[in-house]
Amino acid sequence: MLAYGGKILRINLSKGKITTENLSEDLIKNYVGGRGFAARLLYDELKPGVDPLSPDNKLLIASGPLSGLFVPGAGKTTFASKSPATGSYGDSNVGGMLAPEIKYAGYDVIILEGKAVQPSYIYIENDKVEIRDAKKYWGRGAITTEKMLKEDLGEQFQIATIGPAGEKLVKFACISHDFGRQAGRTGVGTVMGSKNIKAIAIRGTRSLKMKDPKLLKKLSSDIIAIGQKHPNTKLFIEQGTASVTNWSNEQGAFPTRNFQSGYFEDHKKISGDVMIKETIVTNKACFGCPMACGKYAKTRKNNRDYYVEGPEYETAAMIGGDCAIGNIHDLTYANWLCDELGVDTISGGSVIAFAMECYEKGIITDKDTGGVKLKFGDIDSFEKILRQIVNREGIGDLLAEGVRVAAAKLGQNSGKFAMEVKGLEISGYESRKAPAMLLSYMTCDIGGHHNRAWAITHDIAVGRDKIEGKAPKVIELQHQRPIFDMLGCCRLQWVELETPLDYYSQVLTAATGIKFTLDDLIKASERVWNLTRLFLIRESKDFSRKVDYPPARFYEEKVQTGPTKDSMATKEQVNQLLDEYYEFRGWDKDGRPKAEKLKELGL
Amino acid sequence: MKLVADSKKCTGCRLCMSVCSLVHFDEANPKKAALYIDAKFPEPGTFHTRICDQCGTCASVCPEEAITKRDEDGVYIINAEKCTGCGECVEACPLNVMFVHEDSSVPIKCDLCKECIPVCSTKVLSLKEIKAEVKSKK
Repeated sequence: MLAYGGKILRINLSKGKITTENLSEDLIKNYVGGRGFAARLLYDELKPGVDPLSPDNKLLIASGPLSGLFVPGAGKTTFASKSPATGSYGDSNVGGMLAPEIKYAGYDVIILEGKAVQPSYIYIENDKVEIRDAKKYWGRGAITTEKMLKEDLGEQFQIATIGPAGEKLVKFACISHDFGRQAGRTGVGTVMGSKNIKAIAIRGTRSLKMKDPKLLKKLSSDIIAIGQKHPNTKLFIEQGTASVTNWSNEQGAFPTRNFQSGYFEDHKKISGDVMIKETIVTNKACFGCPMACGKYAKTRKNNRDYYVEGPEYETAAMIGGDCAIGNIHDLTYANWLCDELGVDTISGGSVIAFAMECYEKGIITDKDTGGVKLKFGDIDSFEKILRQIVNREGIGDLLAEGVRVAAAKLGQNSGKFAMEVKGLEISGYESRKAPAMLLSYMTCDIGGHHNRAWAITHDIAVGRDKIEGKAPKVIELQHQRPIFDMLGCCRLQWVELETPLDYYSQVLTAATGIKFTLDDLIKASERVWNLTRLFLIRESKDFSRKVDYPPARFYEEKVQTGPTKDSMATKEQVNQLLDEYYEFRGWDKDGRPKAEKLKELGL
Repeated sequence: MKLVADSKKCTGCRLCMSVCSLVHFDEANPKKAALYIDAKFPEPGTFHTRICDQCGTCASVCPEEAITKRDEDGVYIINAEKCTGCGECVEACPLNVMFVHEDSSVPIKCDLCKECIPVCSTKVLSLKEIKAEVKSKK
């Protein structure tokens, strides 16, 4: 199995049983790797209706066929499970060095199933796989745990760990890796915590062999040389994704005060150029990445230095804008808090912004918060509420369930501004005047996430009021972008450096010796998209197009300030977007894949 | 000639290590590279690029005379047929850049193929004359 690790490592935590299985050629050809493998295996292995936090759920850690090879950005790992946020297929990917290490140890996918009897961590060194006691690390922060494990095992071990939020089953707990990278979304850290697993430590020393290493070397060297000359290489090495902050505000797309506005008046105080002056210590890349978007930063508070990678754009948007934290040092500290406690900054920011608005409106009071005056822009009350969430104290216990559950309990029409789709909090783009982006959030298979189809640039290019014709572009992106999650490779070289997509099919063919065309990859991606839709349908009680509706704020309330002031989508437009989308997808009026479509995809 | 590194510019991407193993072994395995990146995290958050400066200590301690200086550029090369894998050079290397891997008893040492230089987008690595450096050390 050239270029692949070749094996699935299955760890049954309840029985303490560790086994391996060979990858099947059918799985490779139809699902490629990474997210593709995860979706297929979870669909096949999970019984319908399993509780996401029960031992019956599984956590999959998947590399891709390009992970660990001499390919730019080939360091992406997918974590996948049935999501405690959405109750359907969920995944989240992380950069860093993990996927290559999984491959060098000889695996493509690690499956954690069952539940360990006591807090444990997984130790993997090539064939040596053990479930070890983790008492020493339980209760510790994610950054602290990674540091301790590297000291205990050796710095060559790659670590993926949860923080206290994952242990306490906060529904938006992340998995942290490489001192600043997170698989943040869909509660993958929550599932890991539910299995009593604190961390995975892995070291692999084996080589990956390729069909035509010389061709791969040439293809990648050429692509790297072209990419180095692209102006965005310099921009991303200097500012990373924080370079998007100013632009997003100019477009009125920056979520502000729980999406009441699309423009944050203090955005220039938290942008990438401020980070260069104030906080950045070093530029930090994931494996094989020539554009090093990670900004490793330092801030000082209460006579202590705090080191953290970030804030990334999404953190700037969801804690900076959405909670109105308009000071780079406060924001960097908030980022550190979330990373150490093991909280997704996107959902975490959204949940606290929601709580801030509830407090402002009197839906949450001092009685609920234990006297904390929860205010937009106030880092101290942000920290207090975040700690209540992680400790599941007071109102924090409810907020730890995410905005959908919290709004259902709090009532008073708070569901209107619970900014989620399918139970997953929406990430950093105000979308009332960006129908393609709105549709992208509505239809994203894991819930309100941007990365499946970052379509806002398309709205800007072809007209932000235009509804018709947006669906085909969203679908095109939803097929292209997840290819990277299947390959185990970062998409930013394609998005920002214009690396042609057929480079990836060429390099995959050179590596594996299996003929993959770009069309094959797009078809596989569409297959996975339909499979995760079938997963959602299987898990839904009363399935209808309503699962794809955005929060009512987007179609009942106008944007309050900034360049998109007074804009609003309508319910009719929402339905129009869905009609067009379902038609182009070959789905019925409720959003179910039609039999012909499933047949075409071999499902 | 030898490699020099401006570690302050290093982002820790390991493309240098990646291409090194690919060129020398036709394999993807940064643990079979002739250079290494030391990452110091979470504090102080720095990378250090560890590279061979062709000082020749390895050759001077080799009991088999398996490491010799290449005339044209002064680079020390291991003769794999003569090497017994005794590990003397690995022990003696002052920069810890004689790398050992389970696949072979012969250590992995920089042969100055220069492939690592162009793949680095922050231009950490460059070439320098050996003579000039020896003088400045004194």
